[in-house]
Amino acid sequence: MDLFEYQARDLFEAYGVPVLAGRIADTPEEAEQAAKEIGGTVVIKAQVKTGGRGKAGGVKLAHNPQEARERAEEILGLDIKGHVVKRVMIAQGAQIDKEFYFSVLLDRSNRTFLSLCSVEGGVEIEQLAVERPDALAKVPISAVSGIDKAKALEIAKQAGFPAELQDKVSDVFVKLYEVFTKEDATLVEVNPLVLTADSDIIALDGKVSLDDNAEFRHEREEMERDQLDPLEAKAQALDLNYVKLDGEVGIIGNGAGLVMSTLDVVAYAGERHGSVKPANFLDIGGGASAEVMAAGLDVILNDPQVKSVFVNVFGGITACDAVANGIVGALNTLGDKASKPLVVRLDGNNVDQGRAILADYAHPLVTLAETMDGGADEAAKLANR
Amino acid sequence: MAIYLDSNSKIIVQGMTGAEGMKHTQRMLAGGSNIVGGVNPRKAGESVEVEGKSLPVFGSVAEAMEKTGANVSVIFVPPAFAKAAIIEAIDAEIPLAVAITEGIPVHDSAAAWAYNVEKGKKTRLIGPNCPGIISPEQSNAGITPSNITGRGPIGLVSKSGTLTYQMMFELRDIGFSTAIGIGGDPVIGTTHIDALEAFEKDPETKAIVLIGEIGGDSEEKAAEYISKNVSKPVVAYVAGFTAPEGKTMGHAGAIVSGSAGTAQAKKEAFEAVGVKVGKTPSETAELMREIVSKL
Repeated sequence: MDLFEYQARDLFEAYGVPVLAGRIADTPEEAEQAAKEIGGTVVIKAQVKTGGRGKAGGVKLAHNPQEARERAEEILGLDIKGHVVKRVMIAQGAQIDKEFYFSVLLDRSNRTFLSLCSVEGGVEIEQLAVERPDALAKVPISAVSGIDKAKALEIAKQAGFPAELQDKVSDVFVKLYEVFTKEDATLVEVNPLVLTADSDIIALDGKVSLDDNAEFRHEREEMERDQLDPLEAKAQALDLNYVKLDGEVGIIGNGAGLVMSTLDVVAYAGERHGSVKPANFLDIGGGASAEVMAAGLDVILNDPQVKSVFVNVFGGITACDAVANGIVGALNTLGDKASKPLVVRLDGNNVDQGRAILADYAHPLVTLAETMDGGADEAAKLANR
Repeated sequence: MAIYLDSNSKIIVQGMTGAEGMKHTQRMLAGGSNIVGGVNPRKAGESVEVEGKSLPVFGSVAEAMEKTGANVSVIFVPPAFAKAAIIEAIDAEIPLAVAITEGIPVHDSAAAWAYNVEKGKKTRLIGPNCPGIISPEQSNAGITPSNITGRGPIGLVSKSGTLTYQMMFELRDIGFSTAIGIGGDPVIGTTHIDALEAFEKDPETKAIVLIGEIGGDSEEKAAEYISKNVSKPVVAYVAGFTAPEGKTMGHAGAIVSGSAGTAQAKKEAFEAVGVKVGKTPSETAELMREIVSKL
């Protein structure tokens, strides 16, 4: 889960990372109130998970609460690269002297953690890495020993911080690493980390990605509520791995790799049938039961864009008879509301039982496919009718 | 021959007494694997009847190895306890540990891997979040259905579990020396390159199928490795051409951000070193079939 800036700010504050006062607002009135409470000059910042919001007019200065209200009115509802602004953060203004960059992230290529740091902050870090690689310190971090004060000082020195700032910034690095480990993050990035005119080090903007696998040891319900598309939220409540896409063929399968491959095969088949595309990614997972299958089907059939559904299962842990029973159960529950054709391809564990269950059920909307390619083609054809 | 796992492998199951552990212990036994016991400190000293065999439960991996001569452990422990289970296997220096568990926090797998490196990598770790490894007609350590296909000349290494099954199924008339699912998590023990190196050395393996998916740079690295070190024919398949940028597709690893890590970039990396890439699993199987027909 990628956090919004205000969520990252709140996490930083909880771990003692220095941040400026910040409040969220969903309406111009709330923005005015927040500016009143913070006092002085404030910055109104669009809360969207994409870069380039400054250029798009999503960050504006306001000198008083009245101005804060007007600027918020301009920013709320703005479309920034396909992300509509639903919320702004009202942040305390600051006199910035210098801008730096710091991040700690999972380096999957080397199976360890990595810290990136530069005294040239506030820029696109990917660009800096390409154009002036020497200006970006890359320090491998052991997943066992992490960033202690000594390691933090090493990072500060390598990045080229002046001697008088090293102690101060390294304290902040240690705290940011604490956010990284204690919150099970895969990325903690501060850009910019600033030195103010009052010689304070402050994390001005933050990006945090949290590891969804670690949800069981954290309280994240509140953060999650603001995150999802309504269909995705429903799927998540049912513990389904669902991503909404822009197409007509609903997809259900087991195992992320097979489902991704199914999307590809359906997209190729769609080239022959009026350019129909996959409508979603839905992985019912390794040990899917009949209930999970039924829940998945329910989510997909509720997508108004879906015209046909392709169920592609290779039974490993998941047995094909459970999948077949799930389909029967879902269709029974839905009754007349089930109006979209289903193409089902089953192989693997208990395949004969699974096929027999569907053959006996003989539902007019259900077609059994012999192969993955054949099923994809049939589903694309049905979506194009 | 085969890689990592063969008819001499003696397998213990960490988490054998749990529901998943029990179900798959039974399936592995039915498929012909030599399972010699399980580990659960709370049930040490008991034994479990599976498939007409009485399997002893030991208090630790080290004890199980000492009493049974086990050289492989399959781990079915739930995510919250998986790190401790992997570290226990590493401490016992078991030669092969296969972590099936899905959903382990990446900080835990990174810590377990760092620990393995610190200890000198005496344990080969496969996974986590993988189907395990099968050398058909010899042994099966994991959750791959045992009866998809038999022994043959193809070696398979795959990030995805169900695509492993799909590919074995597509090529079931030819058969496999070993099929290994390395898992799609960001931090895994055995990589594409490790498996390629082992297949290259294995006399039974005549040709290799490599399955990748979006995210990370394991496929790009594998392509480079193949160009320098692999003389046997390799065909590849990459899943995720239609995955949208920036969305995680199930596997924690399968996330596309920016240009690196896309299916297209991986396909190009393979083709640049002369490895043919199938557009679909069935087309990939056809490419392999052609290669095998000329062996």
